[in-house]
Amino acid sequence: MSLFGFSLKPRRPKSAQTAKDRLQILLAHERGSGSQEPDYLPAMQNDILAVIRKYMKIEDDEVDIRMERRDDISSLEINIEMPTQQKDATAAKARSR
Amino acid sequence: MTQLKEDGPRGRVIVITSGKGGVGKTTSAAAISAAIAKRGHKVVVIDFDVGLRNLDMIMGCERRVVFDFINVVQGDARLSQALIKDKRVDTLSILPTSQTRDKDALTSEGVEKVLDELRKDFDYIICDSPAGIERGAQMAMYYADEAVVVTNPEVSSVRDSDRVLGLLASKTQRAEKGLEPVKSQVLLTRHDQGRIDRGEMMAVEDVLELLAVPLLGIVPESTAVLRASNVGMPVVLDAPSSAASAYEDAVARLLGEDVPMRIGSDKRPGLLGRFFGRSA
Repeated sequence: MSLFGFSLKPRRPKSAQTAKDRLQILLAHERGSGSQEPDYLPAMQNDILAVIRKYMKIEDDEVDIRMERRDDISSLEINIEMPTQQKDATAAKARSR
Repeated sequence: MTQLKEDGPRGRVIVITSGKGGVGKTTSAAAISAAIAKRGHKVVVIDFDVGLRNLDMIMGCERRVVFDFINVVQGDARLSQALIKDKRVDTLSILPTSQTRDKDALTSEGVEKVLDELRKDFDYIICDSPAGIERGAQMAMYYADEAVVVTNPEVSSVRDSDRVLGLLASKTQRAEKGLEPVKSQVLLTRHDQGRIDRGEMMAVEDVLELLAVPLLGIVPESTAVLRASNVGMPVVLDAPSSAASAYEDAVARLLGEDVPMRIGSDKRPGLLGRFFGRSA
């Protein structure tokens, strides 16, 4: 409560603006291709697994695929845990954009 | 627009929807129906929230329900048996829903049959949608000519409204048959100018910019809404209030009148009010 038109509390950024900014980003994604993400990622993960399996033995849970979306860029990250036959090579990271 | 004039107001189907629950769909459906009826048009308001009947309470006719919408859809009762005539406005009727059945009881064909029959007798058919985007909500919007998307200036409500606007543009009979699209408008409820001035609440322009559809009206946060629901009275039939005027204005716009947008408020917090009153 402000008594004389000013408050003693430190000024925080207006939360209404934060709300608007967050919604702007979110709605842009949801309107566009947004909802497709869960549709094709599992299928793509299976395809990638199948390709890798042609060359090496890996388990289902040794490949991790995630997609991250920001304002300007979207990145697709694929982490493959290599088989532990060779003790020195424990993990390799493949990253594509 | 030309097509709109050809079929006139007779049997115009307007869905009141939102996605999110608790934003004021039923309050708005009751107020809008009563306000249109007060102007002399024949109006019926249908509760699509099967299993969670509440429109009857807001309209104050809960003790007069014998047969319901589902009975009619399934052919167990005639429409005239299920319709409840409002005792305050004689051009207003209520079609309550079932409290015991679930939403699967609604079939697309059944709903269409009931709406076709209602179109013969009523100028406006107001469909009070359940929350969510499941079957009940889909049925409520499917045959709509117009939509009123009730939105609070709050992130989850705006997001859900956006989703619902997407469905209105794609999952309705008008969309599927390639007719003129459902005319969707936003009704902003629980508006609080004080909080907007303090930067705590998104302003009307912010919400409209995000949703990119026309504004039907701004209903201020008002103690009159809870009061009216306590006594089973649509807010526009109860004592004068800022919310009632806002609904009257919104309805005038809905019927094509050009009413300037005004932001009402019945909060004039004096010193005593600050100490003793809290309206939220």
